[in-house]
Amino acid sequence: MTQRFSLTTRLTLFYTLASAAVLLGLGWVTSSAMNKHFEDLDRGTLQDKILLIQEVSAKASSKQDLQERLREVLHSHEGLIVTVQSNGKRLYATAELKIPNEFLREVGEDPQTQTMLSWLNDEGHQYRALSALVPTPVQQDELLTVWVALDTKLHDHFETHFQMTLVIYVILATLCSGVFGWIAANRGLAPLRIMRSRAQAVTSNKLGARMPVDAVPLEMADLASTLNDMLDRLQDDFRRLSEFSSDLAHELRTPISNLLTETQVTLSAKRSNDDYQDVLASNSEELQRLARMVSDMLFLAKTEHGLSLPSREVIEVATEVQALFDFYEALASEKGIRLEMTGAGTVSGDRLMLRRALSNLLSNALRHAAPQSAVTIQIETPDNTTEIRVINHGTNISPEMLPRLFDRFFRVDKSRAHPQSDGTGLGLAITRAILKAHGGVIAVSSESGTTCFSLRFPKTGAYATPPQG
Amino acid sequence: MKILIIEDEPKTGEYLRQGLTEASFTVDLLQTGVDGLHAALGGEHDLVILDVMLPGMDGWDVMRNLRKQGSQVPVLFLTARDQVEDRIKGLELGADDYLVKPFSFAELLARVRTILRRGKSGAEETSFRVADLELDLLRRRVSRGGKRIDLTSKEFGLLELLMRRQGEVLPRSLIASQVWDMNFDSDTNVIEVAVRRLRSKIDDPFEPKLLQTVRGMGYVLETPLSNP
Repeated sequence: MTQRFSLTTRLTLFYTLASAAVLLGLGWVTSSAMNKHFEDLDRGTLQDKILLIQEVSAKASSKQDLQERLREVLHSHEGLIVTVQSNGKRLYATAELKIPNEFLREVGEDPQTQTMLSWLNDEGHQYRALSALVPTPVQQDELLTVWVALDTKLHDHFETHFQMTLVIYVILATLCSGVFGWIAANRGLAPLRIMRSRAQAVTSNKLGARMPVDAVPLEMADLASTLNDMLDRLQDDFRRLSEFSSDLAHELRTPISNLLTETQVTLSAKRSNDDYQDVLASNSEELQRLARMVSDMLFLAKTEHGLSLPSREVIEVATEVQALFDFYEALASEKGIRLEMTGAGTVSGDRLMLRRALSNLLSNALRHAAPQSAVTIQIETPDNTTEIRVINHGTNISPEMLPRLFDRFFRVDKSRAHPQSDGTGLGLAITRAILKAHGGVIAVSSESGTTCFSLRFPKTGAYATPPQG
Repeated sequence: MKILIIEDEPKTGEYLRQGLTEASFTVDLLQTGVDGLHAALGGEHDLVILDVMLPGMDGWDVMRNLRKQGSQVPVLFLTARDQVEDRIKGLELGADDYLVKPFSFAELLARVRTILRRGKSGAEETSFRVADLELDLLRRRVSRGGKRIDLTSKEFGLLELLMRRQGEVLPRSLIASQVWDMNFDSDTNVIEVAVRRLRSKIDDPFEPKLLQTVRGMGYVLETPLSNP
């Protein structure tokens, strides 16, 4: 199981680790620079001493004199140990100095370039040393071996102290940056908390709350506006859903109340068999209409939510239109209306749905067409799309009605004075939903006695699904 | 013909029983899946009408068990959920047909008769006769009382359906689906007009009237017996 840390904890941790790393690096650089500095300083001192010894040696008149002079120049120097040897024998020494054996053979190199020798003695003191071969008039043929060593305890002490300070500083600074980091993370994440409290405020009856896009940092503004878009869609869907149920309840009320009244009135007195039969038949018709409305609503709900394009195939529109013409032919010729079709084209989609969409439009067109006119279906294929227009001639639909034609249960004729119209008021809504499910659009125009519904389907190849069969 | 109804909703079950009994079927009605399955396995029924939503053992289980135990009795299932998956599931399990609630009784009756007629057609009939109205499929000819009647091809199709299923009340939706292949709730005015036009050709000039409207149900073609 992995432990889940809060974002604040993570940020604080990262921040602290980062600053600790930076501070440690800085400390290391500083202390190694200081080390180097002291080393150079020591080398300078040692070289100076060797020069001094060379000078003194050159001036000495005898061994005695040399020792005297050396003592004079060297005695008061704290921490400095000088050993001068001649022929392996000690000529002069300020103190006892034990030089590790491995360094002994390096004697004689130029003090300017010689690697400084460095070792720890038994007591843990660090020594740095240089050696040189010095000529002297006191011993003609022989060179003096000079060892100059420096006990570094003085600046060791300083260095230790400095490093301690550095460590304490690094620890304190790391802690401080942790605290600052926590504060920064906390403040930086404040917009998230605002968004959270906004989100908590969203409920099904208060879907209006939105994220504060302007009040949050850029990175979150993106997230906030995405969330807002999501809320917009949800609100829209939710609104449609609740409208849907209230519409449904509303639309069901009238026929149910009709049925109820009719049945109860019939029951309230004794009637002839024929009367009963009449009532039952009329009830049956009303109930069938109700059943159709329910199944239309379900179909609409399914189609609008894009749940189903049951199948997809390439459909020859003209074939479907011809089938529909066959179906409506009797109705049309009774009203003296001619059914005409021009053009051809294909649509990729569900055959039953396309047929249903066209059937609704054709049925409407026939209902509203003037007698002896023509209802025309034009099929065209502009820009690879397929456009189907259903045109009838009759009275205009008033412009303010046009945009609402596709609403559920919208009827131009509010009074339902058309007893022959057994429609559920869902036909155009269903047609639009079908178009939408196919990625198409529907438009309507009604001018100078000509009403035209135009369906535009995307091009046949626009979908990846290959045609079946 | 014996039909078994497995339906837990008492009113639905009772009305189905009454309706089917009056359509001269023998009907058994059972309320639970277990009883229903047991009765169906008895093998004395020609058709099972099965509600999917049953308490305990549901319709799917009944069907699965029925087929597993080798019974081939035709099954028509009733469902309240109009979901494609449901239909597919039912048909895959071996059902013969389905109806979505609410359905009209005329529709149910028509489906029941279709299923029962299946598989026992023997030689396909090529001519039909109701009273003095005759229809010859091969020569695509219709005559009444020896007088030839000219019909359009869709009128011919409509009359063929009515004659094939003479004596049965055919709902408008079934007619739209069978004759015009309109498998959705379409404008039923169209059927009325089509029937009226057919009637004007086969009935108006003749007696007795054969093509009758049953209000609230549909249309039926038969020789009127009781009322001359």
